[in-house]
Amino acid sequence: MSGTQNQPPLVRVDRVSKHFGEGEARVDALRDVSIEIHPGEVVALLGPSGSGKTTLLNVIGCILDPSSGSMELDGELVLENGRWLRPNLRKLRLDKIGFIFQFHNLIPFLDATDNVALVLQLAGADADTARTRALELLDYLEVGHRRNAMPAKLSGGEAQRVAIARALANRPRIILADEPTAALDSKRAGIVMDLLRKVAVEQQAAIIAVTHDEKIFDRFDRIFHLRDGRLAVDDTAREPFRS
Amino acid sequence: MNLAYRDIRHNLFRFFLTCLGLGLLLGVVLAMIGIYKGLVVDALTIARSPAIDVWVVEANTRGPFAEASRIPGDTREAIARIAGVTAAGSITYQTVEAEHGGGKLRLYVIGFESGRPGGPPEIVEGRHIGRSHYELVADRSAGLALGARIRLGRSTFEVVGLTRHQVASGGDPAVFMTLLDAQKLQFDLAPSAARVQVARGVGGASRDTVNAVVARLQPDASADAVASSIQRWKHLAAITQEAQELILTRSLVDRARRQIGLFTSLLLIVSAVIIALIIYTMTMEKLKQIATLKLIGAADRIIISMIVQQALALGFIGFAIGALLIVNIKDYFPRRVVLEADNVMVLGLIVFVVCLVSSGLGVRAALKVDPATALGG
Repeated sequence: MSGTQNQPPLVRVDRVSKHFGEGEARVDALRDVSIEIHPGEVVALLGPSGSGKTTLLNVIGCILDPSSGSMELDGELVLENGRWLRPNLRKLRLDKIGFIFQFHNLIPFLDATDNVALVLQLAGADADTARTRALELLDYLEVGHRRNAMPAKLSGGEAQRVAIARALANRPRIILADEPTAALDSKRAGIVMDLLRKVAVEQQAAIIAVTHDEKIFDRFDRIFHLRDGRLAVDDTAREPFRS
Repeated sequence: MNLAYRDIRHNLFRFFLTCLGLGLLLGVVLAMIGIYKGLVVDALTIARSPAIDVWVVEANTRGPFAEASRIPGDTREAIARIAGVTAAGSITYQTVEAEHGGGKLRLYVIGFESGRPGGPPEIVEGRHIGRSHYELVADRSAGLALGARIRLGRSTFEVVGLTRHQVASGGDPAVFMTLLDAQKLQFDLAPSAARVQVARGVGGASRDTVNAVVARLQPDASADAVASSIQRWKHLAAITQEAQELILTRSLVDRARRQIGLFTSLLLIVSAVIIALIIYTMTMEKLKQIATLKLIGAADRIIISMIVQQALALGFIGFAIGALLIVNIKDYFPRRVVLEADNVMVLGLIVFVVCLVSSGLGVRAALKVDPATALGG
C-alpha cells in the first residue's frame, strides 16, 4: 500500500449513517459506515447505483448532513453524533478539501489559470500570488502550455488536469473525486490516475474517488465496496498498486 | 477577480444582443413617455404662446379650443379698455387642408392682429409678417420652406418666417397670418354661394367675427377679477389662462392622454416582467456553475454580487441604448416627443429597482442551489 498506515488517518469516518424521509418512505442511504484513509492513499468507493457511495462522498465533502456518526478530517474532529462542530462548512471545504468532478466543471468564462487562481482568491490570496501559484500547479500537472485556454478549447484530459490543479490549489490534504475518469478514454484515464497517484504520494494527500470505471480499478490502493448503504467489502487485502 | 465581468466578456455578443433587445424595449417605453408628455405640451402650446392672462369667448362656451366660439371683432376694443388690461388682441383659429408638394397638408391657421397679443412667439428663420395680406409664418413641422408659396382658400400666401413647436392639440402645424386674411379664409363664402346670398337679400354681412379675444394684464391685476367683470356682459364669457390650460388637458386631450398613459403603464409592467425573466434565465443557466462555485468554497456574497452586478449592467446598458436611440430619433416622429430629464431619470430609477428586484429572484434561486448538484453528471 502506498499510504502511510503508521500516520494518523487523514479521514476517519466513524459509524456514519444517513437516511432520507421517515416512516414507510424512509430510505437508509448509509448505515453505520466506518472507514479510515491515510496520507498517500488513493482509494475508491465502489458499488451499484443507490448503494450510498455518492452519499458517503458528500458527507466526507461536508455538503450533506449525516443523520448520525462522527468524522475527523486532517486531525480535526468536524462531526460528532451527527452534528457539525464548525459553523462554516464552506470554509472547512475551502481549507481542507479539494474536489474533482466527472465533467471537470471548470468555470467556462475563466481561462485555465483563472480557474485555478479563483480558488486561491476565494481563500484570501491576492491576485498576483494566486496567479503565480496557479501557473506553478498547471506546470506541475503538465498543462502549463494551456494556461490561457478557455475550458471549451481544452481536450478532456487537459480539462481534467486543470480541474485537478484547481482541486490542489489551496493545498488540501483530502481530495474527493467523482468519477474522475468517466469522460476519458483509457489512455487519458491512465494519465489522470498517474497524476492523482503523484499528488497523493508527493503531497501526502488522501484521494477518495467514486468510480465505475473498471479500467482503473487496479490503480487504487484500496477499494471500498458499498451495498445498500453498508460497507460490504473493505478491499484492503488486495495487492497494492505499484506505479 | 470580477466574475460578473468575466462572464459578460466571455458571452459578450449574446450579452450585447440581450442589452440591445432590452434597449429597444426601454426605448419604446421612453418614446411612449415622450409621446404622452408631447401630447400634453402640444395641447398647451398654442394656448400658452400668446402669453396672455384672460381668454374672452362666446357666452356659455368653453372656447376657442374645446368648443366653437364666435364673437364680434370689435369686442377687442371694449376689452382693452377694462382696468388692469395692458393689451388685447383678436384671434381666429381654424384647421385647413391645403395641397402642397403633391400632397395634402393639414394646417392650423391662426389669425392675429399685428402688434397685439396672439402672434408667433418667436421667429427662428425669416421675419415677422410685414404686409397686411398674403404673408404667413409657419411652424417648421409643416415642412414649408422660407419663400414657399401655398394656396389657402382662394388666396396664395408666401412663407416669410418660420417658427417652431407651434402645433395644435391634434398635432397639426400652426401657420400665423393677419387677422384680415384669416377672417377672409374662414368666413368668406365661395363666389357662387355669395351670389345666392346676395340674390336672397342677405349678402353683405360683416365678416368681422373672431373666435376669441385675448387679454394681457398688468402684473398686479387679478385675472379672476378681470374675468368676472367681463362675465357681466351677457354675450361674453371669460376664461383665465389657468382655467384654459385645465380645459385643454382635462377635456380636449384627456382621453388620448389617459389612453397613452395606460398603455405606457402596461408597457412598463411588460418591460419589468421581461427584465425579470431575462435576469432569472441568466441565473438559471448558471446553476451548475454556481453549485460548483459553492462547492469549491465561494461565499454567498460572491455569488450574489455576480448576479446583481450582471443584472445592473444589463439594465444600465439597455437603458443607455434605449435612451440614446430615442434621443436620436425623436425628431423623426410625426408628433412631438418630449423627453424631460426628470422623466428619463425616473424611468432609469424604475429600471434600476426592477433589475435589483429581478436579481433578487435569481439570487434566491442561486442561494437555494445545493452544492452537491455540482457532483455527478
